[in-house]
Amino acid sequence: MPIKVENLSFVYNEGTPYATVALNNVTFEIQDEEFVGIIGHTGSGKSTLIQHLNGLLKPTSGKIYINGVDITDKKVSLKDVRKEVGLVFQYPEYQLFEETIFKDIAFGPTNLGLSEEEIEKRVYEAMDIVGISRELADKSPFEVSGGQKRRIAIAGILAMKPKILILDEPTAGLDPKGKEEILNKIKEIHDKYNMITILVSHSMEDIARFADKIIVMNKGRIEVIGTPREVFREAEKLEKMGLGVPQITSLARELQKKGVAIPEDILTIEEAKEYIIRYLRGTKNV
Amino acid sequence: MFRNITIGQYIPGDSVVHKLDPRIKIIITFIFIVAIFFINKLSGYIFAVLYLYLVIAISKIPFSYILKGLRPVIIILLLTVSLNMFFTPGGTILYTLGPLKITTSGLRLAVFMGLRLIFLIIGTSLLTLTTSPISLTDGIEHILKPFSRIGVPAHELAMMMTIALRFIPTLIEEAEKIMKAQMARGADFESGNIVKRAKGLVPLLVPLFISAFRRADELAVAMESRCYRGGQNRTRMKQLKIQPRDYEALAVTLIMVLLIVWNRVWTW
Repeated sequence: MPIKVENLSFVYNEGTPYATVALNNVTFEIQDEEFVGIIGHTGSGKSTLIQHLNGLLKPTSGKIYINGVDITDKKVSLKDVRKEVGLVFQYPEYQLFEETIFKDIAFGPTNLGLSEEEIEKRVYEAMDIVGISRELADKSPFEVSGGQKRRIAIAGILAMKPKILILDEPTAGLDPKGKEEILNKIKEIHDKYNMITILVSHSMEDIARFADKIIVMNKGRIEVIGTPREVFREAEKLEKMGLGVPQITSLARELQKKGVAIPEDILTIEEAKEYIIRYLRGTKNV
Repeated sequence: MFRNITIGQYIPGDSVVHKLDPRIKIIITFIFIVAIFFINKLSGYIFAVLYLYLVIAISKIPFSYILKGLRPVIIILLLTVSLNMFFTPGGTILYTLGPLKITTSGLRLAVFMGLRLIFLIIGTSLLTLTTSPISLTDGIEHILKPFSRIGVPAHELAMMMTIALRFIPTLIEEAEKIMKAQMARGADFESGNIVKRAKGLVPLLVPLFISAFRRADELAVAMESRCYRGGQNRTRMKQLKIQPRDYEALAVTLIMVLLIVWNRVWTW
């Protein structure tokens, strides 16, 4: 279910003294099974952008095609779009409202008008995916820990079985362990179901690890787009925006400047380790 | 959906109206409201219209904003007008529709109540449109201060109002966010009958209340950790001071009042 965005622009509060341009002529494409990271500062337009992808916001101008269908067209049912494009908002645990965890996860599938057996099947499946024990199904979603609440909220979207999963800052406010768990879960879900996954973050470290493609947003525009390696080659541009590159990439760049034989587009610690060990062995032999 | 609510909204500007002392503005608004209800002839509203026109022109508030402020109260307006129209006894009967009768005095009262409500809303929304919430509550606190001797908690009331006003946009934003999140889960807030729609609000209201309580808690802790302990001996950064322009504004208002009194007492 490829996504194609063409010349998308969006102005908040158009025609009032508070009008602000949130998106300015944004164009990009996402292919099937891709894991895409969108990165940018607060106010760079990333959240606005993803809300367009399931029709929560209507563009001021431009087109959005999902599986070839222009969802900005008035005739397109947004309910159908939202069934295919699952959007997990920032701090999704704040949208929990039902008495039990089961009912809350069932909210989405119920809205889709599925049969009761199907709903039950999907809810338990979603709970398994995010790692919430089935025993918790009848507990109140307000009784569990913050990290668990977030997983429940994510399960609420997964139970709708979207073909495209978008997550807005899914790790915000979590401790390092919770962060790691959620990110790994997302990667796992992506690999298992081969759905397009779009991860919005302002942390390069989080995005660099998994993304096939990175979209760097700044002031409502796409500043850089490409594979992580392509993007991190533009390190100076990123630093000027105050985004920077992952620490390990920046270490590699510094080492290279000092004359170490190491490529500047290093992404992971493992990669860097190899080059550094090779270098150290090399110098010892001399 | 929520962005259309302009009651209590403030539009920054640097006109004379914006700069007036908030105490004077509040007093003027009160005088205006009393004057509106003092009018008993249609011709009297000419002065009120002129006065409002003057204020709007000076403050440079777009007229569309003021009209938008009327939109949410249209139902109340229609209800008042029709209740007055159909259930006022007296006068000659103009039209009968089953048990409902339209009488001349009913029609007259309906027109007056309608106009009064419209002027009331325009007048008060002009106050909030041109006065920042902070200076508004500052003004209220000052006006209420003399009453603190008889036990009116002036400072506490003003603080509550400041906080309430401060959180209106926050809660609206929050409500929009939650609404979008639920819509992403297939929730439908727009279609269906009243019962269905009311039920549909549960996924919005529960999270909204939870977050409002959480915010209130956090705010209380934040205030206490900065040693807030009510109004005792608090000094202000901006002291209110009556300027010549405040007297001018008051004078213009009094002229309007005099014209209205003249209209009621000496003309037919």
